[in-house]
Amino acid sequence: MAFKKFVVGCFDEEGALFAAVKKTRQSGYKIHDVFTPMPIHGLDKAMGLRETSLHTAGFIYGITGTTTALSGIGWIFNSSWPLNFGGKSHFSLPAWIPITFELTVLFSAVGMVMTFCYLCQMAPFVKKHHFHPRSTDDKFVMVIECTDKTNEAAVESFLQGLGATDVNTQVAETGWWLGRYDKERTPFGLKSTQPAV
Amino acid sequence: MALRKYESQVRPPLVDGQKDYHQVTEDIVRPVEGSPSTLWWIGFLISVGLLTFGIISVTHEVVYGVGQWNLNKTVGWGWDITNFVWWVGIGHAGTLISAILLLFRQGWRTGVNRAAEAMTIFAVMCAGQFPIWHMGRVWMAFFVMPYPNPRGPLWVNFNSPLLWDVFAVGTYFTVSLLFWYTGLLPDLATIRDRAKLKWRKLFYGITAFGWTGSTKHWQRHEALALVLAGLATPLVLSVHTIVSFDFATSIVPGWHTTIFPPYFVAGAIFSGFAMVQTLLLVTRKVLKLEEYITMEHIEVMNKVIVLTGSIVGCAYLTELFVAWYSGNPFENWAFMQNRVNPFSPLGWSYYIMMSCNVLSPQIFWFRKMRRNITVTFFMSIIVNIGMWFERFVIIVTSIYRDYLPSSWSTYYRPSIWEVGFYMGTFGLFFTCYFLFSKFFPVIAIAEIKHILKKSGESFKEKMDDFEKETPEEFAHEFAHAH
Repeated sequence: MAFKKFVVGCFDEEGALFAAVKKTRQSGYKIHDVFTPMPIHGLDKAMGLRETSLHTAGFIYGITGTTTALSGIGWIFNSSWPLNFGGKSHFSLPAWIPITFELTVLFSAVGMVMTFCYLCQMAPFVKKHHFHPRSTDDKFVMVIECTDKTNEAAVESFLQGLGATDVNTQVAETGWWLGRYDKERTPFGLKSTQPAV
Repeated sequence: MALRKYESQVRPPLVDGQKDYHQVTEDIVRPVEGSPSTLWWIGFLISVGLLTFGIISVTHEVVYGVGQWNLNKTVGWGWDITNFVWWVGIGHAGTLISAILLLFRQGWRTGVNRAAEAMTIFAVMCAGQFPIWHMGRVWMAFFVMPYPNPRGPLWVNFNSPLLWDVFAVGTYFTVSLLFWYTGLLPDLATIRDRAKLKWRKLFYGITAFGWTGSTKHWQRHEALALVLAGLATPLVLSVHTIVSFDFATSIVPGWHTTIFPPYFVAGAIFSGFAMVQTLLLVTRKVLKLEEYITMEHIEVMNKVIVLTGSIVGCAYLTELFVAWYSGNPFENWAFMQNRVNPFSPLGWSYYIMMSCNVLSPQIFWFRKMRRNITVTFFMSIIVNIGMWFERFVIIVTSIYRDYLPSSWSTYYRPSIWEVGFYMGTFGLFFTCYFLFSKFFPVIAIAEIKHILKKSGESFKEKMDDFEKETPEEFAHEFAHAH
């Protein structure tokens, strides 16, 4: 994963964040991300993020569970080992409803959580760059991505003009790595290829 | 005035005191970062002691067989299944708070949902022990899983309520665990980013899965929580419904009742809320979280208790009426002789159930009582005793006198190993809860922050000027807030 330059600014109020996001987008800067300690409703729309499709994935996992249960039980009771329960029909659908329902829910829930972890690139031992240590506490941290042509000083003063505090420029890797948070970004003890700021 | 969240002053604040976001973090993370108190150690060691007693009891039962329990000719299900149903029921309140109240947009759930969900998981773990160890040859327990095998293949019976139970409880445990843990991720990240000690950085670094608080991740997290809540809502209703099918689909008088599913679900929520009260009244006191688990939370939960207790009471009376109205002599005998008759061998248990579950919660019609901590704590214990007896009454009094009067002479009372097993699950439950309260935030930090500016005391005060506005002025201002 490549290292990039980012200009970071902190906000104390989520209210100020909306105006800041709007102005940043109008000014043509690319917002890398906004890190917040809690969900801020409407911020995703303000940033122009599209709606997540996680629901759709959940639905697909759910019907997979339904199909698995019905076809599995149907095959077992009709073909693999057709037991005779008091002469009743082998295809006894009403009695299968509870397990079919449970498997629908199980597949959907497990599938969605795994998809969520995959999409967010989250797993045990995974580490990611932190732009501000208090972005999970009380700071709302806006990160603007720089290109080769970006004048970082101009972006910094732009952010300060929006009311941001702790404005600074950081070089960071956007992906994830394995290791510890209190160590430098040196996965598996390898020398970091981080360029000088 | 941008993005000022408004909530009517009629609603009391859910977070007391002058709080800002950082203060919320400090308050909730304090017990995690501090060293445990003497009280914590005493409680923890007692729990571990009980757990040890339970392990000894279960070992005894496994080595010498299920005969070590006093189950007999007619009472094939005794304390074990009573305890199973009781523990599963307790779990239901956690899912109700976390899932159903999320769908109903109840802000007060944020103060109590984390601990209640943890309670759900531990209670289901305890519940699962009973059917598993009741199998006797427990090393064959995996036979309940449907998998191709060299015994035929001999499959499990998918038409049996007992197998439905395996799937229901298994799914319930898995989904509750996922729901609880995905909710924990942001809070674990909060602790990780504050951590100074090496082991804490490592531990919370691993458990937080690399959570950063990115807006896109929050968006997915919210979507996930909503869909999981939507899945967990019918799931929690299905679980106790299926547990009730264990009885209702049989033809045993006293069990063969169509009212069981709603009656069991109401009872489950009833006992679960009582257990939430027991745990949270102690937790808020010991961890000094009275500003987050306020009197409002306690009062609201007491309202749920009086509602569900009365539903359960209605169900008891309906059962009695139908037993008489059906004209079925066996059904009538099961209710009028085995239960209502105080001179029958187990008649006393019916009256404990009635007084604990139906009569005593009625005290919560009075606001003063709902807001009294001593009364609430006492009632939470009483309700759970009552709900245990409800399951005992349903299970044991329905079967201890069967169709063959010559087998009636056997009076069922548990052996020390049955009691020990039950005590052991208390040990398991509280050991887990003590560890949870030490290593994890017992209140959902991010969710409290989410409602802070709407329902926090300090922010509600600032809304006074809104209250003085005319509706037109307010509507105008609110429409332009975003």
